[in-house]
Amino acid sequence: MDSLFPLTLRLNGQQVRHEVTQRTTLAEFLRQTAGLTATHIGCEHGVCGACTVMVDGRIVRGCLMFALQAEGAEVTTLEGLAQDAAMQALQKRFHEHNALQCGFCTSGMLITARALLEDNPRPSRDQVREHLSGNYCRCTGYQAIVEATLGAAGDIEEGAA
Amino acid sequence: MKAAPFDYVRVESLEELFSLMGAIGDDALILAGGQSLVPAMAMRMARPRLLLDVNHIPGLSGVTLGDSALHIGALTRYHELAASPEIARHAPLIAAAVPLIAHEAIRSRGTLGGNIAHADPASEMPAVLLALDATIHAESGQGGRTIPACDFFLGTYETALAPGEIVRSVSIPRPQRAERSAIDEVVRRAGDYAMAGAAIRLVAEAGRVAEARIALFGVADRALRCAPAEEALRGAEIAALPIEEAVAALRDALEPLADLHAGAATKRHLAGVVTGRLLAGLQEEHENG
Repeated sequence: MDSLFPLTLRLNGQQVRHEVTQRTTLAEFLRQTAGLTATHIGCEHGVCGACTVMVDGRIVRGCLMFALQAEGAEVTTLEGLAQDAAMQALQKRFHEHNALQCGFCTSGMLITARALLEDNPRPSRDQVREHLSGNYCRCTGYQAIVEATLGAAGDIEEGAA
Repeated sequence: MKAAPFDYVRVESLEELFSLMGAIGDDALILAGGQSLVPAMAMRMARPRLLLDVNHIPGLSGVTLGDSALHIGALTRYHELAASPEIARHAPLIAAAVPLIAHEAIRSRGTLGGNIAHADPASEMPAVLLALDATIHAESGQGGRTIPACDFFLGTYETALAPGEIVRSVSIPRPQRAERSAIDEVVRRAGDYAMAGAAIRLVAEAGRVAEARIALFGVADRALRCAPAEEALRGAEIAALPIEEAVAALRDALEPLADLHAGAATKRHLAGVVTGRLLAGLQEEHENG
């Protein structure tokens, strides 16, 4: 019963048109069809957070949306945030703090952390932990990820001052 | 971890929705936020032949304030509930519940109507609607009807919705008297479904409890109120709530269903702990004005 449907959306600022099957998830579409492999696919049922991307300005699980649901949407992946100042601050601090080992969760962590700093530029440690609680990391024990996020928040504030 | 094949229709109107539901029957499922349905499909616990995407039907979303009630469209997403000034003012219990639901990325998509139609017994919103004395507006091709929240949740994933019927909106009566409410839960990890939780609403009159509603979740096959505990509070001074009596009454009355992670005795204990903490918090809030 799989058939191909047209899909038009804005992807990292570009209007794109592709064809996808009904049961292709947004995360699969991004990796397999659009070739954007920064978005990782972990559990495929909405638990691990590795596939977190932005849809219309909000973080979502890429495995809990079918690609066809993104018709007309504005989708942003980590690739689309390469020049984003907040993302660059986070990446620098993740590097400094060794906030990754295998790196599988990192894309989702970065996108989720950036969404927090956008809403709440000066989060408390508890707020960071709460906000990142939907993203699993099996290597670091989270401490370095929390430190890096708090450090980036400070950097962004200093940069703005 | 990939859904079984299905057909997909981006439905444009309620008329189209009801006509497709009528033609396909139980093999068609509605896709709203998809935060419970899509994982169930990935694990092939749900295998709809047809997925009806209702996200583009106009008029199903948003919060409006009526003379006597707050109306919430079924497709209103959790993050919209959390940001709504009308909800914050007239149904703060809903605003307090949203941060307990899963994680921010899930709250971006999940909808109130989808949540209650799904009727997970460990979910927060069914208990919140019981505590708030909400009514659910159901609609089908034959017309609409209203169902009180207390008659809506029938069991695990089971509601009073008839085949071909959908949740159109939810109404919350606007508070007529002073009231306070609170919600909390015990979870194994942040964002998990509750091991036990409670939503409490106290209506005050002259400093006393005129009406108490204690709705529990995660302890039975559906959200349920605990009448003996509510009775223990009725008429009491809010500044001196008989918390121990209410918790004892709750533990006496409650026959929890064990699940994978907690036995009945644990759930009974936890439901009492959460209820006691919430009542102590409401009393303190009252004292601090």
